[in-house]
Amino acid sequence: MDLHLGGGAASAEERAAVDAVLGPPTSRWRGGVDLTLAEHFGLSGGNAVRAERHRLLPVLHALQDRLGWLSRGALDYVSLRLDVPPAEVWGVASFYHLLALSPQAPQVAHVCDDIACRLRGAEALCGELERTLGPAGQGSEYTWKRSPCLGLCEAAPAALVLRAGTPATHQALAPTTADELRAALTSTSTSTSTSTSTSTSTSTSTSTSSSPPSSRLDEVRRAVPDAGDPDHLLLARVGRVDPASLADYRAHGGFAGLTRAIALGPEATIAEVITSRLVGRGGAAFPTGKKWQAVAAQPVRERFIVCNADESEPGTFKDRVLCEWDPFALIEGMTSAALATGASLGFIYLRGEYPRAAAHLEAALAAARAGDLLGPDVAGTGHGFELELRRGAGAYICGEETALFNSIEGRRGEPRAKPPFPVEAGLFGRPTVINNVETLASVPLILARGGAAFAAIGTAGSTGPKLFCVSGAVARPGVYEARFGVTLGELIARAGGVPGDRPLRAVLLGGAAGSFVGPEALALPLTLEALRAAGATLGSGVVMVLDDRADLPDLVRRIARFFRDESCGQCVPCRVGTVRQDELLGRLGAGTPLGSVADERALLGELAQAMRDASICGLGQTASAAIESALRLGLLEASP
Amino acid sequence: MSDDAIYFNPPPRSAHTPTAPARPAPAPVEVTIDGRPVSVPTGATLLDACSAAGVETPTLCFASTLTPVNACRVCVVELEGARTLVPACARKAEPGMKVLTDSPRVRLSRKVVLELLGSSVDLSTAPDLLRWQQRYAARPARFGSGAAVATVAQQTKVKVDNALYVRDYGKCVLCYKCVEACGSDAQHTFAIAVAGRGFHAHISTEADVPLPDSACVYCGNCIQVCPTGALMFKTEHDLRAAGRWDPAAQTQTDTICPYCGVGCTLTLTVQDQRIVKVMSPPDAPVTRGNLCIKGRFGTTFVGPEDT
Ligand SMILES: Cc1cc2nc3c(=O)[nH]c(=O)nc-3n(C[C@H](O)[C@H](O)[C@H](O)COP(=O)(O)O)c2cc1C
Ligand code: SF4
Ligand code: SF4
Ligand code: SF4
Ligand code: FES
Ligand code: FES
Repeated sequence: MDLHLGGGAASAEERAAVDAVLGPPTSRWRGGVDLTLAEHFGLSGGNAVRAERHRLLPVLHALQDRLGWLSRGALDYVSLRLDVPPAEVWGVASFYHLLALSPQAPQVAHVCDDIACRLRGAEALCGELERTLGPAGQGSEYTWKRSPCLGLCEAAPAALVLRAGTPATHQALAPTTADELRAALTSTSTSTSTSTSTSTSTSTSTSTSSSPPSSRLDEVRRAVPDAGDPDHLLLARVGRVDPASLADYRAHGGFAGLTRAIALGPEATIAEVITSRLVGRGGAAFPTGKKWQAVAAQPVRERFIVCNADESEPGTFKDRVLCEWDPFALIEGMTSAALATGASLGFIYLRGEYPRAAAHLEAALAAARAGDLLGPDVAGTGHGFELELRRGAGAYICGEETALFNSIEGRRGEPRAKPPFPVEAGLFGRPTVINNVETLASVPLILARGGAAFAAIGTAGSTGPKLFCVSGAVARPGVYEARFGVTLGELIARAGGVPGDRPLRAVLLGGAAGSFVGPEALALPLTLEALRAAGATLGSGVVMVLDDRADLPDLVRRIARFFRDESCGQCVPCRVGTVRQDELLGRLGAGTPLGSVADERALLGELAQAMRDASICGLGQTASAAIESALRLGLLEASP
Repeated sequence: MSDDAIYFNPPPRSAHTPTAPARPAPAPVEVTIDGRPVSVPTGATLLDACSAAGVETPTLCFASTLTPVNACRVCVVELEGARTLVPACARKAEPGMKVLTDSPRVRLSRKVVLELLGSSVDLSTAPDLLRWQQRYAARPARFGSGAAVATVAQQTKVKVDNALYVRDYGKCVLCYKCVEACGSDAQHTFAIAVAGRGFHAHISTEADVPLPDSACVYCGNCIQVCPTGALMFKTEHDLRAAGRWDPAAQTQTDTICPYCGVGCTLTLTVQDQRIVKVMSPPDAPVTRGNLCIKGRFGTTFVGPEDT
């Protein structure tokens, strides 16, 4: 393959952004002009360059962060440096919504208009921004854009301001107003590169290591209202420890799990996880111990551990809280998994809209490396384990495990066919453990207290503590830790109940890929088995409460649009089906059905079945679930 | 010394043609297709098993010469014990699998997939698809028509940017075949890739530059595999536009490419004494249907002089 580059030259700044990730161009293969000795004798070196393809997304991020968009010259330089054809670089870059392929203002406010924020006026907010700042996406100094759920649903309506520059900065505003957003965009529009604040949230500036414990606890309580509760197991350290301090983590019981894993050895560690009956918290509820065992048993020696921190299911924000406030627990869980399965390299794939979590994780990773908990010799075991953080770039589908692998590998985030499953052929085609953040953060708990003690929590079919993301019409939205078996009503009561004693109309369980349940479900114990029996799902732990003021047809339509926007486009049932589903709901909403309403419902039923049966991955397979449940419950009819 | 010429007497020819030692045949895998037992070699797919059972399976993104991408989903079958339907083209046969190819679930999914395609893409030059639409009683108009329905054709115009072939992505079903043929499955040129996402996913050069500005070498191997006529010889495109494309008046002739020693097989389509299209049989032993620009397009010297 010869690279055919016609996009013009990259600017010095663009080259600097790329070189900051890849190092300077050292040879002709690496985009330089001088031949190395080896190249004189046969131009070897291409394979080594192409093996770096997994740096593609980090390089695109570096350009986006510094310049605010990706010019064709910059993309050509990326092609040259990584020996990836320009058509493929274009194909990858155009997959991600956070990457701009045409000039864009350096400051962008990503304004959530997804379900939880709609319940708190996101649509009015967008309307006001349109009036005062102009249409979305326009403007040369600053602009605003609609965004799917930003994972800040406890403080709706939410927005995330991203400012390109050196360094790039970010500011989460939640809850926010049009005035506040306008002020945030205009105040710093001339000085983006001088601002060094990297973490601002809810208009309070936080610097992780220096904030005094009391203000940290206050800050955390905005997301975890009962942070500090002595009954907490998973959230025990959240708000209490400095997330950047290894010593603080240790002082609060950290690394007891890893110490035990080292003492037990790989087989007994896996046995402990199997005994705990921990199942994945990412949505599919697969037994974690079995997954680890399958990877440990593979004949291939190179294995990987991947943490799925792409958390993009609308209404979900628990993984953000764990990554931000207890990052060492995740690192400890991953290191334990690595020792148990013989992996020497791991990745944390964090969604691109979590810049503060990224900063806290990077700080924790650096501290763990300095403390010999990562690196060539983990805690004196002689086993090496390195852990890298990778950022997504605005694609819900990259939370699907095989799409996530493709994204890390520098390809389009399209799911792969299964089989083969990740335990056999995952990241880079090697056996891979992939687990959710909460799953991995539960591992230190299991190892420190014993699998049997963990299994004693909850019910026989659903063991352990579980995080729930409670949002919508409750007095104190946030992440709640409960034991499996808590009823839906109890959980809502813990979140302060529906304000103003308004009647509860429905609850969305499991997010956009989950389903609605009616008030009769308040007595339902939240366990995997009880929900399965009721035809619902816990999914990622979303509990979105809807009172009589919620505009349900509008919410359902937003869910349909979510899937339409987030389909990867690979398979026909989902690529076209999600569009037709959205159009169908539009016709029902406008009162202009094709044929009768019953005809439309029958058509939706057929479409839903075909998407469920014939789509490649879980996105298409669940894209109708919430919508069908809303129809079954009669939620699309005007509220009584 | 005698005057007899000295020459070498070759030994008598052996009666036997030497052959490589027989390889052990792959172990057979027994599966059941619609209740009928069939046996296929290890490594075969359910599609192979269906063919062995004499069942015709619609396929769109599958080609024997390309890596399966299993994206189109028209080939789905019902596998006993599986939660969802499975793509026959990519799923390997395993001992004891029980497969239904015409159950209500299979018929429904195939029908809806064909309707979704028909409602979004111009299938007028995809005869196989039109035939399957009839077979599954697909009615794309159930999903609406006119401007209220988003289609691919609304987003794109036919691209005529070179003298050899045209690209009409309003007819593209996004089967990924052209990308694979241009890339690692055949040509290794990588001029085109899938860009965008979701309903806006499409085949594109970098930044959608015209083909002459891309890496394209005009091998036409993408045209060879395109199942819908989205990629089409300019000759065919122009004749169709003029209303003079006439399959009934065409002949197909297999020959060997005159240009080089590789010796690719060409199938010439001739209308009115002109070569209007050059394909190559995918089972041709030399290059499995792939050609270079000379064999594919270098035939204008044959035939009557231009008027
Ligand atoms: C469309 C889609 C999106 C997903 N997003 C996530 C996600 O954001 N986070 C996550 O942990 N799992 C997600 N999953 C589930 C993963 O594919 C996978 O099952 C999970 O990461 C396994 O980890 P666990 O066993 O610890 O749950 C998603 C699945 C699908 C189909
Ligand atoms: S179901 Fe949707 S998201 Fe999943 S592979 Fe198919 S098109 Fe992509
Ligand atoms: S003609 Fe050949 S090189 Fe050009 S796009 Fe098609 S397959 Fe690629
Ligand atoms: S242009 Fe043809 S071969 Fe390429 S993806 Fe579209 S339909 Fe398939
Ligand atoms: S942040 Fe708006 S819905 Fe989650
Ligand atoms: S032919 Fe099997 S999925 Fe396309």
